[in-house]
Parts: sequence; C-alpha cells; structure tokens
Amino acid sequence: MPAEQFHEWLRREGRIVVVGASLAGLRAAETLRAEGFAGSLTMIGDEPYQPYDRPPLSKAVLLGKASPDRTELPRRRGIDATWRLGVAATGLDMAGKRVRLADGDEVPYDRLLIATGVRARPWPKEEEAQLDGVCVLRTRDDAVRLHRRLKAAPRRVFVIGAGFTGSEIASACRDQGIPVTVAERADAPLVGALGGVIGAVAAELHRDNGVDLRTGVMVTGLEGDSVGRVRAAHLSDGSVVETDVVVVALGATRNTDWLAGSGLGAGPRGVACDAGCRAFDFRGIVTDDVFVAGDVARSPHPLFGYQFLSLEHWGNAVAQAEVAAHNMISASSDRIPHLWVPAFWSSQFGVNIKSVGVPSMGTEIMITQGSLAERRFVGVYGYQGRVIAAVSFDNTRWLEFYERQIERGAPFPVEYPTVDRRPEGRKPVPADFPDPSLPTHGPTVTLSGYSPADRRLVFTPARH
Amino acid sequence: MTHASLLRRITDFSSRADPYPLYEELRRTPVLHEEEDGPYAVSSYYDIQSLLHDPRISSDAAHLTAPGVDELSDPETTGLPPSFIRLDPPEHDRLRRIANSSFGPPHRPHRIDSLRGELVRIVTELVDGLGDARRIDLVDQVAYPFPVTVICRLLGVPREDEPRFRAWVDPIVAALDPESRNDPEAPVQRAAREARVQLGMYLAGLVEQRAREPRDDMLSDLVGGDGPDGSMSMMEVLSTAVLLLIAGHETTVNLITNGMLTLLRHPEYLERLREDPGLSVKIVEELLRYEPPVQLLPQRTCITDIELRGVTIPKGARIWLVLAAGNRDPERFKDPDRFDPDRADLEHLGFGSGIHSCFGAPLARLETQIALAELARRLDGPRLVEDPPPYRENAVLRGPRHLHLDIDGVRP
Ligand SMILES: Cc1cc2nc3c(=O)[nH]c(=O)nc-3n(C[C@H](O)[C@H](O)[C@H](O)COP(=O)(O)OP(=O)(O)OC[C@H]3O[C@@H](n4cnc5c(N)ncnc54)[C@H](O)[C@@H]3O)c2cc1C
Ligand code: HEM
Repeated sequence: MPAEQFHEWLRREGRIVVVGASLAGLRAAETLRAEGFAGSLTMIGDEPYQPYDRPPLSKAVLLGKASPDRTELPRRRGIDATWRLGVAATGLDMAGKRVRLADGDEVPYDRLLIATGVRARPWPKEEEAQLDGVCVLRTRDDAVRLHRRLKAAPRRVFVIGAGFTGSEIASACRDQGIPVTVAERADAPLVGALGGVIGAVAAELHRDNGVDLRTGVMVTGLEGDSVGRVRAAHLSDGSVVETDVVVVALGATRNTDWLAGSGLGAGPRGVACDAGCRAFDFRGIVTDDVFVAGDVARSPHPLFGYQFLSLEHWGNAVAQAEVAAHNMISASSDRIPHLWVPAFWSSQFGVNIKSVGVPSMGTEIMITQGSLAERRFVGVYGYQGRVIAAVSFDNTRWLEFYERQIERGAPFPVEYPTVDRRPEGRKPVPADFPDPSLPTHGPTVTLSGYSPADRRLVFTPARH
Repeated sequence: MTHASLLRRITDFSSRADPYPLYEELRRTPVLHEEEDGPYAVSSYYDIQSLLHDPRISSDAAHLTAPGVDELSDPETTGLPPSFIRLDPPEHDRLRRIANSSFGPPHRPHRIDSLRGELVRIVTELVDGLGDARRIDLVDQVAYPFPVTVICRLLGVPREDEPRFRAWVDPIVAALDPESRNDPEAPVQRAAREARVQLGMYLAGLVEQRAREPRDDMLSDLVGGDGPDGSMSMMEVLSTAVLLLIAGHETTVNLITNGMLTLLRHPEYLERLREDPGLSVKIVEELLRYEPPVQLLPQRTCITDIELRGVTIPKGARIWLVLAAGNRDPERFKDPDRFDPDRADLEHLGFGSGIHSCFGAPLARLETQIALAELARRLDGPRLVEDPPPYRENAVLRGPRHLHLDIDGVRP
C-alpha cells in the first residue's frame, strides 16, 4: 500500500495500543481522537485505576487536603477506548506486532505507544525494605499508605533522599507538626537537580521549617524490632535515628522490564526514541510503528546538544504524548519534533519552585532578580556562554521570559539590567553541580520565531 | 503624511465606537513608532505576552524618561505614594502579597466566594429599582452603581456611609477622561481634586478605626496584617484602597455594558444565556477577549534598550501594549473578529499577564457573570435604542457612556 493510502487506512480503521494508562497514555489517546483517529484504541495499565494525577500525591494528599481517590486526571474529551486495567503488559513481539499481557492475552497493534513511566526505586536491601513502616511514594496506593502512617502520629518520619519528592514529603510532615529527619548523600537538598548554590537555599528552607537535615551522609542500614517494624536508621557518620516511618525517596527506575528481549533499545535508562518519539531498536535503528512518551522516554533534544534527555516532568509527559500521537497517524512529511523546553515545578515549605531548561547542564549561575537570602529570586544558569536554564523561588511569572532566552541561545552572563537586580546578581558564580561531565564545543542550536507557528530551528556549526 | 498618524487616529474620539479596523492596521507594523518621543505601540499577541514577562520592562514612572505628557498616562494624581500597579519588584511584590493575603487564597480563600450572595442581592436590588420604566440606561442604573457598592462592602465601608462614598467616587471617575485631564483648571478636575481630599480623609479615618478595632474586612487586614511581610503603612493602605477603587470600577462598568451591548448584537447568545445562566462563564471570558475594558496599557517603559522584531526600543521610551489588538491577532485566535463564547482556547490578554496581571480578576469575573445572567433573565424584550451607543472619551478604559434600552418590562 502506498504510504499515503496506508495512513488514510490507519486513521480510519487501524489498531492503536497504548501501554501505560497514566498521564502520557491518556493525553496521547485524547490527541489521537482529537486528530480524527477513528480506529480501535486499547489502553493497557497495570494499576486498577482510571488515569490519575501524581503531583498532588506528595503535596495536597499527604496534607489530607485532597483525597487520594479524588485525583483522577480531568478528561479533555471522550476517547472511546477498550480499557484493560489491572493487567500488566509482560512482553512485546515486534515482528508479530503484538503485546503480551499478564493474563495470557495478546493484543495486536498497527501502532504501539509505550508510556509505562517509572517506579520508585526501592531500598536496596530487600530484607530491610520489607520492614513494616518502610514506604515509597509513586502511586495512589503508596500515598494512601503513607498518609495513613502520618495520621497515626508517628514519633518521627525518616526520609532518605532530599530530591524533590523527599523534600515535599518532609514539608508535608512539618506542616502537620510531625518530627522529620532527612538524610541526603550530597551536601544539600536538590543539589542534583539545581546545584549547590540553590541547594544551600533549600537547606535553609528545611532547617527553618524544623527539619532535622543531615547532609553528606549515607544511610547504611534500617533496623527492625522483634515484630518486624522499623525502629531506627543507621547513618554512615555512626549516628542512629529512631523512627516509626521511613520513606525511601531515592529516585526512580524506568518500567522497561517487560520489554526485555523484545529487540527494542530499552534498558534501565528508559526507551530511547528520536525527536519524533519513534523508538529505536537495540541496533539503534529507528522503528516506525513503536512510539514512546513520558517518563519512560529518552530522546535527543536539539537545544541541549542533542543529549538524550530523560525527564520526569509532568509537562514533558503531556507535550511528548501529544507529539507522539500526532506522529503515529501522520505520514513522515507531516511529522513534528518534540521540542519542549523542560519545565518542572515543586511546592515545598510554602515556596513555589519552578525551573525551565536543563539546570544540571549549567556550569554557572547568576541571580538576576530578587535575592537568595529572601528566598524569592530568579537564577539563570549558563553553559558555554549561553543561557541554558533558569530557576525561580516564588517568582514563577518571569520564567516565560527566560524560556525564550533559552530557546534563542541568549548569551550568558546576563549583562542587561533587570527589575529587582541586587548587587549579588551582578556576577555569575559556579553553579556547583556534583559532577559536570558534559561535552564541550558542540554546535549551537536555537529556536527562532515570534509565535509557535513560525518557530524554526537554526543550526550554527561549532566554531573551534 | 497626508493624514493623522495611526496612533492618533486610534485615540481620536471618532474611533471610539469601533477601533478594531484600526487595530488591524496597527498589527501590520508589530512595533509602531510614529513620532519622536512618541510611544512604541506593540500589538501582536505573542509580543505583548512576552513583554509582560520581560524583566527589562518597568511599570515605574521613575524609569520613564521620554519627554512630554502622554494623554493616556497615569490618572492617579492623588498625592499618595504610587500604588503597586505603578511599582516594580520588590516593592510591588511586597504590597501585592499583603493585599492578596486579605483578598484570596491561601489566607482568605473564601473572601470572594462568600461575596456571591451579596453580589446577587446588590444586582437584584438594582434591577428591581428599574421599576415600570420602558426605557432604561443600563450604565447609570445598573452597571455603574454595582462595582462601587461591591468595593465598599469589600473594603468595609459602613452601609450608612456608602452614599457619601459614592458621591466622592463619581467626580474622581469622571475626571479619568483624558480629555478633561489636559486642563487642570477644568471644573471636573477641580471637583475631582476636592473629592480626592475628602475621600482620602474619610478613608484615613476609617483605617485608623480599623487599626484599633479590626473587623472582617480588607481595610482591617491591610492595616493589621501580621504575615511574614508585616502590614502596610497608613499611606500604603490609602494608596492601595484608592487603587482597588479605581482599577476595579470603570473596568467592571465597561465589561458589563460591553457585555450587554455585544449580547444584543448577538441575540442568539442572549437567548442561550437566559436559558442557561452557567453560560455566563464562557461569555465573560470571550468578552474579555472581544471587547476588553482595558484596551491598552500605556505606561510601560524599558530599563535598557530592547530589541523587538528588529526594532530597537530605547531605554526610557514609552511603550504601549495594545491588549485589544493582541486579543484579535489572527496569528493567535482563529476567526478573531467573531464573537464566539464556545471557543475552546481563550487565553486572552483582557486582564494583562505577568506580575501585574489583574489582582481583582476573580471578583470582576464573578460580578460580570452575575450581572449579565441576571439582566438576561429579567429584562423582557430588551432592544438597543441606538447602535452604536454614545461612548466615553477615554480610549484606554473604553466603553459606552450610556446604554439606552427599550424594554417591555422587568420580570420578577
Ligand atoms: C509523588 C510525585 C510528585 C510529583 N510531582 C511533580 C511535580 O511537582 N512537577 C512535575 O513536573 N512532575 C511531578 N511528578 C512527575 C509526574 O507525575 C510524572 O512526570 C508523570 O506522572 C509522568 O507520566 P507518565 O504517564 O509518563 O508516567 P507514569 O505516571 O509513571 O505512568 C506510567 C503508568 O504505566 C503503568 N505501567 C508500568 N509498567 C506497565 C506495564 N508493564 N504494563 C501496564 N502498565 C504499566 C504504571 O503503573 C503507570 O500507571 C511527580 C511524581 C510523583 C510520583
Ligand atoms: C472587568 C474588569 C477588570 C478588567 C478588564 C481589569 C483589567 C486589568 C488589567 C489589564 C490589569 C493590568 C495592568 C497592568 O499590567 O499595568 C489590571 C491590574 C489590576 N487590577 Fe484589574 N481589571 C478589572 C477589574 C478589577 C477589579 C474588580 C479590581 C479590584 C478589586 C481590580 C484591581 C486591579 C489591581 C489592583 C491591579 C494592579 C495589579 C498589579 O499591579 O499587580 N481590577 N486589571
């Protein structure tokens, strides 16, 4: 069948299967229908629930301000799908174009979308991880369990890892007056995501809110009592912290196990795909019927040196799902790239934190508005003379501007004046990331244009 | 040049009833600068949106070095320190945070919603007051008295003082017209100055009283605030109160009046609204795009030279952000000249954007939704007496001076 006819047929009566019935899966399905896909749509999800939203789980839900079973994602439109909820996909037959399910069923597809996201990385010592009171937070069920523990007035909650999730959990505990200890291997919270300069502000935020923050330490073991309840955590500095609840917030693992042996380029770092969301097979050759979106995806971003970015960002899941859905039912000439500028937000200790771009690529940072001491500021990250990212504490409304600067590859340091520039913001300082291991002398790619319609990638070869 | 410059034609009174063809012409030159020392007018949606988030743009008059007076610039000659609409961060942020903590979530989440019943009562009374008349002026009889009464209740002006309060507000609002502002000795201006002094003294007395005996109202919260930002000084409370009064007055009047006018020009929506008061939510959003009460923001400047679409706007220049032109930018909105409340995508510029985006938006929305739904339900057979109606002079806060309607009666 010629390509054009094929796509017409696909749109009319093709079979599309989505594995992973959460944010990316749902938004993709909605986009497919909005763009006129009239064939059959199957949504496969191992959780027994309709798609729900995760960000509230570490925020309003832990505070008891939102019920965990009331976080369903709002629907943009009907999707007329066959739902296979509560059953996991266990394998993929690429040649036969089928997805195998845990209940033995096989679902054939013409186009497949992989949106299986990530899961919380468990405490590595299995026996200790089994202790009663040791939790993680990724799913609605996790949130219900953790909320119940918090309501039972624990003597202390011990959080391992001071990334965004760990910090938000600590914040929720303090909000309810629960004593909390946070242990972090780096020298401050959020260092991996935002660097040491911002990490120092985050550390103050923890301490001012009464968190017992222990940095530069590792948790060496969890100790249980005679009936298998956790009772203490042991740290590398020899200290022991007694606690009733331990929350393991050590980041996430990609849900790619089910793809083992399928021939896809899938592994612990995710499923690699091109900027058009098409998955690579293990040989590095791009497929044309398997697409990827959301937290499980790893895709090259032209604005960021074509690095394969894995983003655990809500906004990325939505944008990538929309692009994937469009490309799944479009001929190659109509395909569009996923050029989303990464953006992430968090709220903790009453502060709204938001970042755009890829802060961890930044080698230097400049506080262009506000002040670190007041914890209300915008910080801009520079990389090889370009603006590469920005972060704001309680100053979200300016970030759109910096996003444009990132897209345009605007020069760094930021020489021009800005409103509310303080003396501290005149010079860049090292951003202080633990291990900057980034390529140098790449070509420069920027986004130009005034409106989304006339956005254009501009490629400038490297100068040596 | 054979005829007047485009910007002058836009501000000229003869364009007031329908400036939209001129805005279309304006968008053809996205950054228009016609006269030395004149403003740089920005009219495309995406450019306005981006300047409203640009930290090189200032709202503080101190940074505006372009010589000459702009007939559209700041009406706030109150003798009070500048209110936060004319300040940059950090002062802007501090004052807005304090004001916000007495106005909305998280500190006063119910302030606006709990007003709902009160708003309905006020509108009902105003419509009841139309009596048996067969010809009404929607402006003088409903749209105008409504917002000022609301702001009184919100601030905490005692009921018995409301008539006095309104008697001061009327001349102040009347004097906002740029026409009369050019002549400081015009009687309107003198009346306004006198009224400002009176209003200022009245408010100062009230604030002092609330500082001593706080109640559940905004003035008490502003002066007695005990949040992390502390409270406002007496002068700051006064500027803020006057800001709320002025920013929330003419704007809401015009949204209600433009709303009724637009609905009468599109009777199918008036009919639908009568049947489904819930439609008022979408109607109000589309009105804010289609007939925005604030047509342009005339007092921005930049604190350094900036480049926009190949044009350099020099530091200290006057920048006009023409919201009403951006709202009808075909690059952003499909079929922009059509009034279509069923649009799915409605991110209009009617309330501005960025750090100065309208503080009173939740209240303004609620007031207008309630007013339009009530008018649609109760006016029997409303017809425009003249179309277009007579307009006010003001090109920035644009709206009809009167909206005469013939009606067959008022339904209970
Ligand atoms: C507590 C918490 C707080 C967060 N806060 C923020 C925030 O403030 N800001 C922000 O930007 N982002 C935040 N995030 C991240 C955001 O929620 C994710 O980026 C988003 O959920 C990604 O969506 P997704 O659909 O790609 O993946 P997921 O939401 O992880 O969904 C994947 C789904 O696939 C299912 N699945 C996995 N394997 C299989 C299989 N083999 N068969 C069938 N189904 C399978 C999973 O069970 C899951 O339901 C937060 C996440 C968490 C957990
Ligand atoms: C339909 C009615 C309204 C419209 C169209 C409107 C429109 C706007 C616009 C466009 C701005 C931005 C100004 C700028 O960027 O310089 C603004 C700011 C503001 N508005 Fe409104 N407004 C309305 C009603 C109200 C009401 C009812 C109130 C008060 C209760 C109010 C209070 C304010 C304040 C205080 C500001 C300044 C915000 C700041 O500088 O941070 N407005 N409004």
